[in-house]
Amino acid sequence: MLSRVADNLYWMARYLERTENLARLVDVSAGLMLDLPPRLSPGWQPLVKITGNDSLYAEQERDYSEKSAVKFIVASAKNPGSMMTSIARAREIARTVRDILPREVWEQINELYLYVGEHAAEASARRTRYGFLGRVISSTHALTGMFEGIFNEGDALSFLTLGRNIERADMTSRIVDVRAAAMMTGPSAAQLGAFETVLWMGVLRSLSGYQMYRLKTRERVYGAGVVRFLLADEQFPRACVCCLRRAEDVLHRLPNSEPLLRRVSRMRRAIHHTRFEALEQGELHEFIDRLQVSLARTNDELARIYFVGHSALQADVAPILAYQSQAQNDKQITA
Amino acid sequence: MRIAWEDYPASASFDELIGPGGAPRPAAIALIEFLSALGPEELATRQKAADVAIRSMGITFTVYHEEGGSIDRAWPLDIIPRVIALDEWQRIEAGLQQRAQALNMFIDDIYHEQRIVRDGVFPRGYLADSANFRSQCVGIHPPQHIWAHICGSDLVRGADGTVYVLEDNLRVPSGVSYMLENRQVVKRVFPEVFEAAGILPVDDYPSQLFDMLRALAPAGVDQPEVVVLTPGIYNSAYFEHSYLAHQMGCELAEGRDLVVGDDDIVYMRTIVGWQRVDVIYRRVDDLFLDPEVFRADSTLGVRGLMRAWRAGNVALANAPGAGVADDKLVYTFVPAMIKYYLDQDAILPNVPSFLCAEGDQCAHVLANLATLVVKPANESGGYGMLMGPKSSLAERKQFTQLIQLNPRNYIAQPVISLSTTPTLVEGGIEPRHLDLRPFILSGREVQVTTGGLTRVAMRKGSLVVNSSQGGGSKDTWIVDTSADYAFARS
Repeated sequence: MLSRVADNLYWMARYLERTENLARLVDVSAGLMLDLPPRLSPGWQPLVKITGNDSLYAEQERDYSEKSAVKFIVASAKNPGSMMTSIARAREIARTVRDILPREVWEQINELYLYVGEHAAEASARRTRYGFLGRVISSTHALTGMFEGIFNEGDALSFLTLGRNIERADMTSRIVDVRAAAMMTGPSAAQLGAFETVLWMGVLRSLSGYQMYRLKTRERVYGAGVVRFLLADEQFPRACVCCLRRAEDVLHRLPNSEPLLRRVSRMRRAIHHTRFEALEQGELHEFIDRLQVSLARTNDELARIYFVGHSALQADVAPILAYQSQAQNDKQITA
Repeated sequence: MRIAWEDYPASASFDELIGPGGAPRPAAIALIEFLSALGPEELATRQKAADVAIRSMGITFTVYHEEGGSIDRAWPLDIIPRVIALDEWQRIEAGLQQRAQALNMFIDDIYHEQRIVRDGVFPRGYLADSANFRSQCVGIHPPQHIWAHICGSDLVRGADGTVYVLEDNLRVPSGVSYMLENRQVVKRVFPEVFEAAGILPVDDYPSQLFDMLRALAPAGVDQPEVVVLTPGIYNSAYFEHSYLAHQMGCELAEGRDLVVGDDDIVYMRTIVGWQRVDVIYRRVDDLFLDPEVFRADSTLGVRGLMRAWRAGNVALANAPGAGVADDKLVYTFVPAMIKYYLDQDAILPNVPSFLCAEGDQCAHVLANLATLVVKPANESGGYGMLMGPKSSLAERKQFTQLIQLNPRNYIAQPVISLSTTPTLVEGGIEPRHLDLRPFILSGREVQVTTGGLTRVAMRKGSLVVNSSQGGGSKDTWIVDTSADYAFARS
C-alpha cells in the first residue's frame, strides 16, 4: 500500500471518529444541563475546552451561551475541530482514496457530509437536536459496520483501525480530564456533591458506557470508578486500554512495528497499574497529560515509519523484496 | 398519460431515435414504447431519482473557476438513452479498429524511419511544426510497437445519417468512467426495460484495460505492478482516475509517490518501503511527466521517468509522444494513413477539412469564415474555436488575424448539423444535439467499448457538448434486435 494512502486512511478514520465523538459530547452535555440546577451547571465552556479550541472560541464568540457553543462545535467552518470540519475533511480524504473504499463506504461518508452540511442548524435548536445528533452517530456506526462487514482484512483496514482507536483513546481521555477537573475543583465543587452521581452518569452516557459500566462493575456510579472504567477497562470499546489493545492487535500484523508496539503496550500497562482511587485531581490531570503526549508521539512514530519514511531508497529495497515475496506466498495460499 | 411523440418537433437534423414521420427507429421501438407507457410525470420522477443517485454516488466532475478555484459538480445525465442498432455499430467498430491500427503505425513510423514522410504521403513541414512531436521519443521501441494504447475518438452524425470521425484523442482521453456510471444509474432507474430490450453490456472495459496494461510489463516480470498516475484531486478528471484504479484494483499514485532509482527502475513509496512499478497508466500530460526531460517546474511528474521508460524498465500508457497524431492537422491525413499502412479504404470518413497551412485552402477559409468552424490544431475541450455562423464580425476579424499569423495551427470544417435525440427538458421532451466518444484499446488485439460516452448539448440548438461548457450526457445502448436475442431474453 502506498504510504500516502495509508496516511490518508488513518486520518480519515480519525476524522470520522471525531465526528461521532463530537455528536456524543454535545448530546450528553445538553442532557446534563437539563438535570442540574442552573447555578451549578458547568455551562458550555468545558465542552469547548475538550475540543481543544478555547482560545479560538474566545476570538470568535462573545459568550458561552448554548447557541454560540453548539454552533461553534457543530457547524462552524472556522473551527478546525468542529463536526462540520471533521466530516468535510474525512470526505475530502475519502475522495482521494476512493479507489480502495467499497462504494457503499464512500456513499455513506458523502451522504453524512451532505447531511451535516444541510442540517447542522438543527443542533442549535433543542427540539431538533436529538434527532440530528442521533443520525450522525448512527451513520458513523454504519460506517464502522461496513469496515467490519465488507472490507478486506489487510493493510487498509489496519490503518483505519489504528486511526479510529487512537482518536477514540484521545477523546475519551480528554473527556475524563475535563469533566474530572470541572467536578473536583472550582468554587461549586462542594455543593456538587449531591449531583456527583448524575454528573458521572452523564460522562458515561456521552460514551454510551452507562449500561456497560453497570453490567461490568455491578457497583454504583462514582468518580474514581468511572475514571477507572473509562481509562482502564479492557473490554469496553471506548475505554483507553481497550483502544490501545486493539491498536496493538493491528500493529502485530504490520511490518516494522516493533517500536510502536513497545510504546503502545507501555502506555497500556501504565494505565492498567494506576490506582485511580488514590489520585488527587491534579495527579489525574498530570497522568492524562502524559497519556496524551504519548498518544501524540505514537501518531508521529506512525508517520515516521509508514507515511513519510523510506528516504534512503537503495538501502530499503532488499527488505521490501523479502516482504513482497512473503505477501505473494500468502496470496497463493489463500487463493 | 402517454407521451405525445407526434408533437416531437421534426428538424433538418437526423434524429437518433425518431425517424421521419414520427415513428421510432427499429432499434428504439422497445425504448420508445416503454417511455410512452411511463408517461411524462413518471419520467420526471425517474430523472429525479437519477439525480439523487448521482449525488449520493458522488459521480462528479471538476470545473475550474477563475475566482472560486475548482468546483466539484454532480455529473449531468439525461436518463433517456441514445440507441444504436447492433449492425450499424459493428461497422463503426470495424472503422475505429482500423483507424487505431493506422494511427499507431503512423506514430511508430514517425519516431523511427518516417517512411510516410519519405514516400511523400505526409509533408515533412507539418511534422517539424507539430506542437506534440517529442524529439525525446525518437528511436524508442515501446512494447508491441504501440504508442496510443487508449484512444477516444469523437463521432458525429450529419443530416444525411453519415457517421464522421470528428477527432481522435490520443493523449489522455477521458470520459470512459462516465460511460460506465451512466449505465449503472440508468439500470437503477429503468430496470424494467433492460429485461426486454436486447441491450449489450458495457461493464467489461476495466478488465480489458487491466489485461491490456498488464501485457505491457517488461519481460520477465510475472506479477506486474500496474499503477494509475494522476495529477491529483484537483484535476478535472480525478473522479475517473480514481474510478479506474478502483475498478482495476491497482494503486492510484501521484507523482510524489514515485521515484526513479539510480538503477533506472521506478519505485513507489509504500508502507513497507520502496516497491517496483512495472506499468504506469499515466493521466498526466507529456510535458509534466518528467521534469528532467520536459517542463522543469512540473511537480506532477516523476524525475527520471523517461530514463526508466527508455531503458525498458517501465511501460507508459499512453506512450509519451503519442499526441503527435492528436493534432487536428494530422487528423486530416488519417484516411491517407489507412491507405498507406493498411492498404484499405477508410471505413469511417473524416469531416471534410480545409488546411489553413495550404495557401489555396487558406484563402477559401478566410473568404468563408461565416459558414465554417475554425479549430486550433492542438486544443481540446472545445476551446479556442470559431463557430462561423454564430460569430460576430469582431470575432471573425480576430480569427482572420490569428490564421494569418500562424496558418499551421488552424483547420476549418463545414458546420455539421449534429444529429439529435429526444432529451428531457423543462416542460417535456425535445430534440438536442449530441456526439459519441467510443474508446479504443490497442494491445495484442484492438478492442472497442460497446458504444461509448454520448455527450449532449442541453441548450436548444447548441452544438457544444462539452461538460465543462454546460453539456450533459446519456447512456448509450447498442441494441441487438435479432430474433435470437429477443428469444433468449423472453
